Amino acid sequence: MKGNEAIAEAAIQAGCRHYFGYPITPQTEIAAYMAKRMPKIGGTFLQAESEIAAINMVYGVSSTGKRVMTSSSSPGISLKGEGISYLAGCDLPALIVNCQRGGPGLGGIQPSQSDYFQATRGGGHGDYHMIVLAPDSVQEMAELTIRGFELADEYRMPSMILADGTIGQMMEPVSFDFEIKEMPEKPWTTTGTKMQRPHNIVNSLYLKPEVLEQKNFERYEKYAVICEKEQRAEEYLMDDAEIVVTAFGIAARVAKNAVNAARAEGIKAGMIRPVTVWPFPEKAFKKALGTAKQFISVELSMGQMIEDVKLATECRVPVSLCCRVGGMIPSPDQVYAAIREAAGKAGE
Amino acid sequence: MTREYLFAGFGGQGLLFSGKVLAYKGLIEDKQVSWLPSYGPEMRGGTANCSVILSDEPVGAPIIAHPDVLVAMNLPSLDKYESEVKSGGVIFVDSTLIERKVEREDVSVYYVPATRLAGENGTPTLANMILMGKLLQVFDEYDEEHVNTALGKCISARHADLLGMNLKCMEIGRDYQE
Repeated sequence: MKGNEAIAEAAIQAGCRHYFGYPITPQTEIAAYMAKRMPKIGGTFLQAESEIAAINMVYGVSSTGKRVMTSSSSPGISLKGEGISYLAGCDLPALIVNCQRGGPGLGGIQPSQSDYFQATRGGGHGDYHMIVLAPDSVQEMAELTIRGFELADEYRMPSMILADGTIGQMMEPVSFDFEIKEMPEKPWTTTGTKMQRPHNIVNSLYLKPEVLEQKNFERYEKYAVICEKEQRAEEYLMDDAEIVVTAFGIAARVAKNAVNAARAEGIKAGMIRPVTVWPFPEKAFKKALGTAKQFISVELSMGQMIEDVKLATECRVPVSLCCRVGGMIPSPDQVYAAIREAAGKAGE
Repeated sequence: MTREYLFAGFGGQGLLFSGKVLAYKGLIEDKQVSWLPSYGPEMRGGTANCSVILSDEPVGAPIIAHPDVLVAMNLPSLDKYESEVKSGGVIFVDSTLIERKVEREDVSVYYVPATRLAGENGTPTLANMILMGKLLQVFDEYDEEHVNTALGKCISARHADLLGMNLKCMEIGRDYQE
């Protein structure tokens, strides 16, 4: 099964019955899968007139408490930015999939990770975050889609799957043997009062600055809890790692090959793979400082995650960048060379 | 053991399909599998390729820099990837479409006039399956039952009548001797 199809199937299994989107390479298989399946299971598939329309349809459905999602790729996600900010401002859960491609502008259609800043800093206007999950396999595309819905509901905020064209397009075996948490009670939805309760309002407009400030404070208290509880990372060969490679998504798949090659040569290399890129898994990085002499951030961007690595490690050891951009992917050889250089073995 | 396969040629030659059959066969045989298509703005006649990795270990990078096996179905693909094949690797060449020989001496090469054989069989679009049959025979991995099941997985119910034709072409490839 393709990574994109795994997302769509997992969403359906998570109880999502409403999908709104607009086609764009390399994520269109999600929409195609939904178009085929949703009508058969009593759900809604709607190809909107634009990305902006689609995200606002998500906003509407989420206000009624139903699990809902949209998906797009980089330029399309930028268009959704306003709507995502509104979702955050209304404390609405929803799942947004970004199957990234090269940018800026229309860019290209090949894989990229250059929307890291946009995703981890919120993307739209205002003080807010999304929970951002970064799968590195087709299996995780499925698993993190389910977790994405669960976390969004638990914390009442949008969550994002930050994938890329490679993971979206590739096929791997995937098992759908997941435990799915029951959806929490949602007493805040606008589904009609039946004259039994005061009416609910879903809104992000607060004209009194004191009230809006308080709303932001409360949201950031929630974010602090998430940062404490929801960090997730894969720590690979990290017990004694001196050269710590860090990468997420497809970059981590490449980097892992290089780490294995370095270990075979006796270099103490390891890898931290953030699975949550927001919250950033700072704890794993702080722990790594016990043995680490250098970090290498492997990215399909011009050095975005590297800033979080530097923040998490407080720049106590050097952090270097190993990247390809614009739709290019670093080869294991390139990462391996960077590891050798860090280990002082360059040219040997 | 890990073996990395690169299928390369024109869009429309069925390279992605070949890769899929191989991947499903691997899956049936309990291997770890990845299948990655090029998804550029390719169309019929443009270049297309597909990377398949079969392994006993979990697959790392699904992107192949240096394949163990190259299946080249047009000249630009052979020109581009010949030098990337691992030393000791294997190259399968559709010798109807590629007139030149492989220059490397540290790889094994099989020349199969797949497009001609497919045409003679009345199935001119199935040269890909002829090469696949040869590939499996060379590696002594032509398990009829698994091949049949894998093909069944890759051919939609709507086209089930094409299964026999594909199987026939794989057998032609399997039995072809230079």
